[in-house]
Amino acid sequence: MWELRDASVRFGSTTALDGVDLRVDPGEIVVILGPSGCGKSTLLRALAGLQPLDRGNVWIDGRDATREPPHTRGIGLMFQDPTLFPHRTVGDNVAFGLRMLGWDRAARADRVAEMLDLVGLPDFAARAVDTLSGGEAQRVALARSLAPGPRLLLLDEPWAALDRTLRDRLTAEIPALLRSTGTSAVHVTHDHDEAFAIADRVAVMHRGRVLRVAPPAELFADPRTATVARFLGHENIVDDGAGRRVIRRDAASVDEQGELDVRVTGCRFRGDHHDVTVASDLGTLRFHLDRGFAIGAAVRLHIDPDRVAPLADD
Amino acid sequence: MGRDRARLITASAVVPVGFLGLFFAYPVATVLWRGLGFGGDVALADLLGSGRTRDAVWFTVWQAAVSTVLTVAVALPGASALARSRPRTQRRLRALVTIPFVLPTVVVAGAFAELFVRFGLDDGPVRLRHTVWAILLAHVFFNYAVVVRTVGSFWAGLDGRVEEQARVLGAGRARTFREVTLPRLRPAIAAAASIVFLFSFTSFGVVLVLGGPRQATIETEIYRYAVLRTDFSTAAALAVVQLVAVVALVALANRLERTRPLTQRAGHRTGLRRSRLGGAVNGLGVAMLLGLPILVVIERSLTVGDRYGLTNYRALGTRLTMLPAPATTAIRNSLVYAAVATTIALAVGTIAALVVVHGRGALRHVLDLGLTLPLGTSAVTIGFGILIALDQPPLDLRTTWWIVPIAHSLVGIPFVVRTMVPVLRRIDPSLREAAAVLGASPGRVRREIDLPIAGRGMLVGASFAFAVSMGEFGATAFIPRRPDTLTAPQALFRMLSTPGELVRGQAMALAVILMLVVAIAVLAIESVRGSDEGTF
Repeated sequence: MWELRDASVRFGSTTALDGVDLRVDPGEIVVILGPSGCGKSTLLRALAGLQPLDRGNVWIDGRDATREPPHTRGIGLMFQDPTLFPHRTVGDNVAFGLRMLGWDRAARADRVAEMLDLVGLPDFAARAVDTLSGGEAQRVALARSLAPGPRLLLLDEPWAALDRTLRDRLTAEIPALLRSTGTSAVHVTHDHDEAFAIADRVAVMHRGRVLRVAPPAELFADPRTATVARFLGHENIVDDGAGRRVIRRDAASVDEQGELDVRVTGCRFRGDHHDVTVASDLGTLRFHLDRGFAIGAAVRLHIDPDRVAPLADD
Repeated sequence: MGRDRARLITASAVVPVGFLGLFFAYPVATVLWRGLGFGGDVALADLLGSGRTRDAVWFTVWQAAVSTVLTVAVALPGASALARSRPRTQRRLRALVTIPFVLPTVVVAGAFAELFVRFGLDDGPVRLRHTVWAILLAHVFFNYAVVVRTVGSFWAGLDGRVEEQARVLGAGRARTFREVTLPRLRPAIAAAASIVFLFSFTSFGVVLVLGGPRQATIETEIYRYAVLRTDFSTAAALAVVQLVAVVALVALANRLERTRPLTQRAGHRTGLRRSRLGGAVNGLGVAMLLGLPILVVIERSLTVGDRYGLTNYRALGTRLTMLPAPATTAIRNSLVYAAVATTIALAVGTIAALVVVHGRGALRHVLDLGLTLPLGTSAVTIGFGILIALDQPPLDLRTTWWIVPIAHSLVGIPFVVRTMVPVLRRIDPSLREAAAVLGASPGRVRREIDLPIAGRGMLVGASFAFAVSMGEFGATAFIPRRPDTLTAPQALFRMLSTPGELVRGQAMALAVILMLVVAIAVLAIESVRGSDEGTF
């Protein structure tokens, strides 16, 4: 189990981490979600020991590991770009961590082959790294990170530089891969769809603080604050006098008996739904409806109260 | 660019080709001609058989090799510090370490000689005077900047996250350096090392002053045969040996430079904790190595008997017996020659750079290569060539003072070209197109786009050429001595060779003045030079 307790890091006058508490259980995938510059990369580097803490501690399996150097922590690290060792072959890159552990040549070769198989690049061991495509290089980096069997894998927006198809595939494959090896992971991203797809728990970060940690479904249904709600992609944040609420886009249905009168200001067909923007007493709202409307149409909507959540003040 | 302009540029190649042909290629060819025995002397075979020559060649090679290894070892921590510091600190550090590099060789030699006296290392149980150690120390002092700047800039451009990967994969700090950082730095270290080797191989003033009569390199042997014994055929034969070695070295250096990767990701600063103690030791060591000799010279120049004063400086106006003119005249000469040499170097070098960048066909390649030759050729060979080639009408230049700035400009031209070519190459053609589309005429484009951008390169090249000329010693040593050809380094050399407390103090005063002039020129370079511009 990995833990940050009251972790704080300052760079000059900016606070990158401000009293962060975060726990990662064995085998768990925690996704850190937040805008760029919110301190999520610093949080990863603090876990890895690459960023000294100004205050607070890192605990690993119940012992204080704050001063432990990066190379003894048993960590895998993936950046946005592969950062392969340019002077070594693909196989030597993957074997690097194993050499550090003192594995003999034969065992290393077996493990390298196994890892390259796992990432779908068999027979790549002898290749020079500058002959790889971006996607291949990133998969080699993944194989390199996993080869020594790290207890914790840290992923810093690892797919941001890849094309859409590859990104979707890896997003689908990674959780299964991690679960098969029993590796815990902390994954940093600013894409809430990616976060929901792979996380056991999502931690929302803003200005160096962790605002909320919860399983994705729970978090989405009940974001609690407007800031968190916006990071999760919610747009319908309203104040009806009784307090602030967030209304999910799938909360509305067309209903003559409904309680909300709106005027359609925009409508786009999206295959399995229509993305409809409306003006109402509550302000501009956006819903996914099962039929489309002409601009200017007057419509009455019913809002499912189970898909509305109250928001506290930030 | 118009066809006519390209043709004009190609035609203007006459200027650099003519200048270098007459004052560089012809003299060097004359040396080769005589050295190879076409002039009737057959000194080369005798020479290669003589033990004295073999000793000199061997000593030249091994002292250069040891100087190189020592310099790289001493300067790597400095390169690391440079790579890790913030851009502003980086610029300051670069400027600071560059001062020793451009200091006149004679000044540095004198500074180390004085350092030994000051700390009792001149004679006694530990004697450094006239030993190879003195030479090695001075070479490290000189070339520290070459390694720090070349390797440091390259290092700063490396993505630090690759090292972080190695750390989390289980490599400790030392192992990460050995297995990841060092292999990645190899091209830069090789390039820097080959330059240091070349400089140490052709080092002249330092060996002459600090090595004393017994430490002989090829350079000092050429000087001794040509100037002290007027045995031109032996000197020419030695120069052939030197030329062959240098051409081989330059070819090797160029190859190493070409294997250097040109594109790098922007550096990614890392938060890896570094040792404060290591940094302090490094800083202190460098300050001692680079700063102490300079401080000792300044202190000695101000010492009059057992007090401090300016007497030594005032005395520079009075002629000493070993000099054909007062030291102040030598300083004035040097300033004038440096100005003239800089003007020549700038004119010839700028045209040459334009041809290299915009010229057509084979010409640009020939010129490109031809321009690196004077940089590699030792100043001693150039000076010797001028001495034996341009000695009769219609080209008897030995009787006019023009010969001094012309010789100096030969050393300065490569610097101008090497700083201007990258700047000119970097002017994005789309800038010109954008200006033209916005309504600028071709002449206006040149004035508004090319000139302001290239101007910085010219200024940098000019300052370097000026500093080089102020301190030039090797080539000037071959030029007949008259009051109007006496340069400040020549005067300093003769003052250093004369024993006596009084002369010593005055020599140090002259050294301080030379240092100041050169340091001002270099700091001017650094204030206009962008952090990304070429190394050497």
